[in-house]
Amino acid sequence: MNTQALFAQLLVGLINGSFYALLSLGLAVIFGMLNIINFAHGALYMMGAFCAWFLLNVVGLNYWFALVFVPLIVGCVGMVIERTMLKRLQGLDHLYGLLLTFGLALVIQGVFQNYFGSSGLPYAIPSQLTGGQNLGFMFLPNYRAWVVVFSLIICLATWYGIEKTKLGSYLRAATENPQLVRAFGINVPRMITLTYGFGVALAALAGVLSAPINQVRPLMGADLIIVVFAVVVIGGMGSIMGSIVTGFLLGLLEGLTKYFYPEASNTVVFVVMAIVLLVKPNGLFGRT
Amino acid sequence: MKLQARTHAQTIAFVLMTGLLACVPMIGIYPYFVMQALCFALFAASFNLLIGYGGLPSFGHAMFLGTAGYASAHAAKVWGFPPEAAIILGTLAAAGAGVITGALAIRRQGIYFSMTTLAFAQMLYFFYLQTPFTHGEDGIQGVPQGIFLGLIDLSKVLNLYYVVLGIFLAGFVLIYRIIHSPFGEILNAIRENEPRAISLGYKTERYKLAAFVLSAGLAGLAGATKVIVAQNASLTDVHWTMSGEVVLMVLLGGLGTIYGPILGAFIIIAMQQYFAGFGQWVLVIQGLIFIACVLVFRRGIIGELAHALKIRL
Amino acid sequence: MTRLSAVSALALALAASSAMAQDKNIKIGVLDDMSGIYADVGGAGSILAAQMAIEDSGLAKKGWTIDVISADHQNKPDIGVNISRQWADKDRVDGIFGVLNSGVALAVNGVAKEKNLVYMNSGAAAADLTNAQCTPNTVHWTYDTYLLANGTGKAVVKSGGDSWFFMTADYAFGHALERDTTAVITANGGKVVGSVRHPLNNSDFSSFLLQAQSSKAKIIGLANAGGDTTNTVKQAAEFGITSGGQKLAALLLFISDVHALGLKMSQGLIFTTTFYWDMNDGTRAFTKRFSERMKNKQVPTMVQAGVYASVLHYLKSLEAMGTNPHDGAKVVAQMKSMPTDDPLFGKGVIQPNGRKVHPAYLMGIKSVEESKAPWDYYKLIATIPAEEAFTPLDKSTCALLKQ
Repeated sequence: MNTQALFAQLLVGLINGSFYALLSLGLAVIFGMLNIINFAHGALYMMGAFCAWFLLNVVGLNYWFALVFVPLIVGCVGMVIERTMLKRLQGLDHLYGLLLTFGLALVIQGVFQNYFGSSGLPYAIPSQLTGGQNLGFMFLPNYRAWVVVFSLIICLATWYGIEKTKLGSYLRAATENPQLVRAFGINVPRMITLTYGFGVALAALAGVLSAPINQVRPLMGADLIIVVFAVVVIGGMGSIMGSIVTGFLLGLLEGLTKYFYPEASNTVVFVVMAIVLLVKPNGLFGRT
Repeated sequence: MKLQARTHAQTIAFVLMTGLLACVPMIGIYPYFVMQALCFALFAASFNLLIGYGGLPSFGHAMFLGTAGYASAHAAKVWGFPPEAAIILGTLAAAGAGVITGALAIRRQGIYFSMTTLAFAQMLYFFYLQTPFTHGEDGIQGVPQGIFLGLIDLSKVLNLYYVVLGIFLAGFVLIYRIIHSPFGEILNAIRENEPRAISLGYKTERYKLAAFVLSAGLAGLAGATKVIVAQNASLTDVHWTMSGEVVLMVLLGGLGTIYGPILGAFIIIAMQQYFAGFGQWVLVIQGLIFIACVLVFRRGIIGELAHALKIRL
Repeated sequence: MTRLSAVSALALALAASSAMAQDKNIKIGVLDDMSGIYADVGGAGSILAAQMAIEDSGLAKKGWTIDVISADHQNKPDIGVNISRQWADKDRVDGIFGVLNSGVALAVNGVAKEKNLVYMNSGAAAADLTNAQCTPNTVHWTYDTYLLANGTGKAVVKSGGDSWFFMTADYAFGHALERDTTAVITANGGKVVGSVRHPLNNSDFSSFLLQAQSSKAKIIGLANAGGDTTNTVKQAAEFGITSGGQKLAALLLFISDVHALGLKMSQGLIFTTTFYWDMNDGTRAFTKRFSERMKNKQVPTMVQAGVYASVLHYLKSLEAMGTNPHDGAKVVAQMKSMPTDDPLFGKGVIQPNGRKVHPAYLMGIKSVEESKAPWDYYKLIATIPAEEAFTPLDKSTCALLKQ
């Protein structure tokens, strides 16, 4: 076996893992706080990528502005969705949230397909990040290095915000006992809306990050959702750190699979999920 | 008194449904469409047995539909099985898959159960994609319809229609019997309060597994019949979106109602078929209907109807 | 003016006199992916192409009534089968056109034979349609895996690209392309140094590209399609593969893919097509009329061009027959007996196995400076004559040939 090639695969896997981490983090935040399986996550990720394209080609704002504005814009869309629709599903079975967000995903993807066609739009790598480094065992594009570093920072900041700050503790308390938190004079519904917006913003951010790598297409997020959801389950549903670590781990595992048995690289996550669910049902990092 | 009213409404509904379906070929509705819808209706009803009455939300039910489809398509086309044998083989294959996956999956509950079934379904999908006999995305084409029981030539539309209707009604009545049997009552008790059922001395795992295998077998019956109707078996039937579609059918029609899944399946299949002319907008329309279903009539169409009329359907 | 009206009056009179004996009603069904991943390749453009063919045939003026209906098969064989059955039984459709997606195409193939329809496929790659599963009702128009493999494989090896690495989508289409291209490469003295199979609708190709890179093959053959191809091309540029001297040979590439990638990203690609809008006056004139009526002013893809040309030839054959017999096999036999001639594919024939043969073109991508107008993307590298482009008849396994 060629160790250099293996090394390269692992590094590439880690980079892919950063997308899984960002996406599953958003999904985990939404599930943890709203108890909703956000099936529209893939569609919102796609919306993020399209929004970046729109900012660049219509408004004239480059990639760096997109990193800031797109999560805000799509996050607002998310908050509207929460306020107008998801809010009414509180206390209902998971299935209803799943059905509603699935319907939303169909609508969003369908509308984008109608306006932009199915083959997608080009989005170039920002000029500051073109080119790459020769690491000896592989050529590492600068943009990929940026993606991995940036998403790691965002993931850790989110973890810190939710697990270690006062706001985060309110948030966690609000999901467990909304009455009590309301008694402290905190506007719980607004907090939930903001949380959903934040989870959506993370998906949109992942969309912006992926626009220069993947073709910006209406169906780019369609198949991603179940993989990302599997990551959340493996990590332990609602566990913030769990979803981050599992996201990166899954990237590594996929990298290995792509080397040894590439055909199965899309399936391996489900094998792991089945094993984890049977052995440790609360996930690798789940609280019991 | 209440019980009587219930039986009354359900008898009327059953007679109405059977009568309507029996008349289909005479009133100008395209029978192939109805056959397709009947297969999906049975599939949805089998899923409803599991989720609505057993409280087990499978998110991988397509694996049984597809497994049976491939098994019966292969048996009918390559091994030259007559249609009834092919359908039985498909049903058994699905039930077999149900025994293995069910034994593992029922150890988990709620969303964890769903994800376990999804994981198995994805693995099976991968298997069917890789294994040569399914012919990948080309599928198994040109499955012969054959002579049912050596008597009825299924290549004639009317014959095929009434055979499919017969299979559907048999499956439907079986499900109805299961739900209203002591077994169904215990299942219901487990769904409502599993610890209590355990404390009453029931081996709940066995009941759950039995429900799972029954549901898998019935889904298989639907899948195998569908192959004889459509004359092909393809990856569409094992893809995870199909598992999602059946959830939609049941929720749209009414979760935990007997007629809900049937109606839900007819609506979704009609949407795919008759909205096909809308071209690009077909997905948007579907999505809007699902959103409306959750926001406006959450009990599903039949569920809302039953609620309004204060009867059980 | 007067002569024209005299002629049309005569035609009318003729039509009226023989109205009892002649059936001049035609119903065409366009069945395609309208909402999924191939909607840009076929979709609404295929419907438009069929309508334009009807207008251009001039049959309406000669007393024929032609209706078009269309439907979205949603890439599901079941739906394709049901719609085509319903079209045959209820809507009395005479011919089905389009049908991208091999799985659906093969499923519809069975229905067309059973119901004795005319079935002219433009867009499916499955060579089986004119080999193992050929029928007297089927004509396969635009391209197939044999053409794609043969066209690109042979020309690239001859121009020095003699070592290949394949990136293959893990499904029947990808496998067929890899197998056929490998045969062509080795027959022409090249060799395949490795291959990797990736799952369908994959999004990240960097792992596979690294393997391709370290294989040191001169050519990386992309045996995939649609989003898989565009993502591979985009990421190959990112990983410095194209700038490192390796070339990408996309075995199936549509102009909509190139448009989506942008010229800069597509540099260095080589591929085979059977139609390009900017080939001659005929294709340009058609494209001008077509784009004006398309959303986004898109130019026709080879699949949409195939729908136009196949509908046109179908109508010409019916005109020659003078009446619509509503008998698919009979009409297809008539179509096979007449040479084809249309502005998009030029002169050609339909072989006895249903394979339409026409020349194919090995294309490259224009540099940004060379490109003068929107959609001005391709440059011709070589023309593959019709007789070399498709499976030779003696190698076709179609049972119709043995009779």
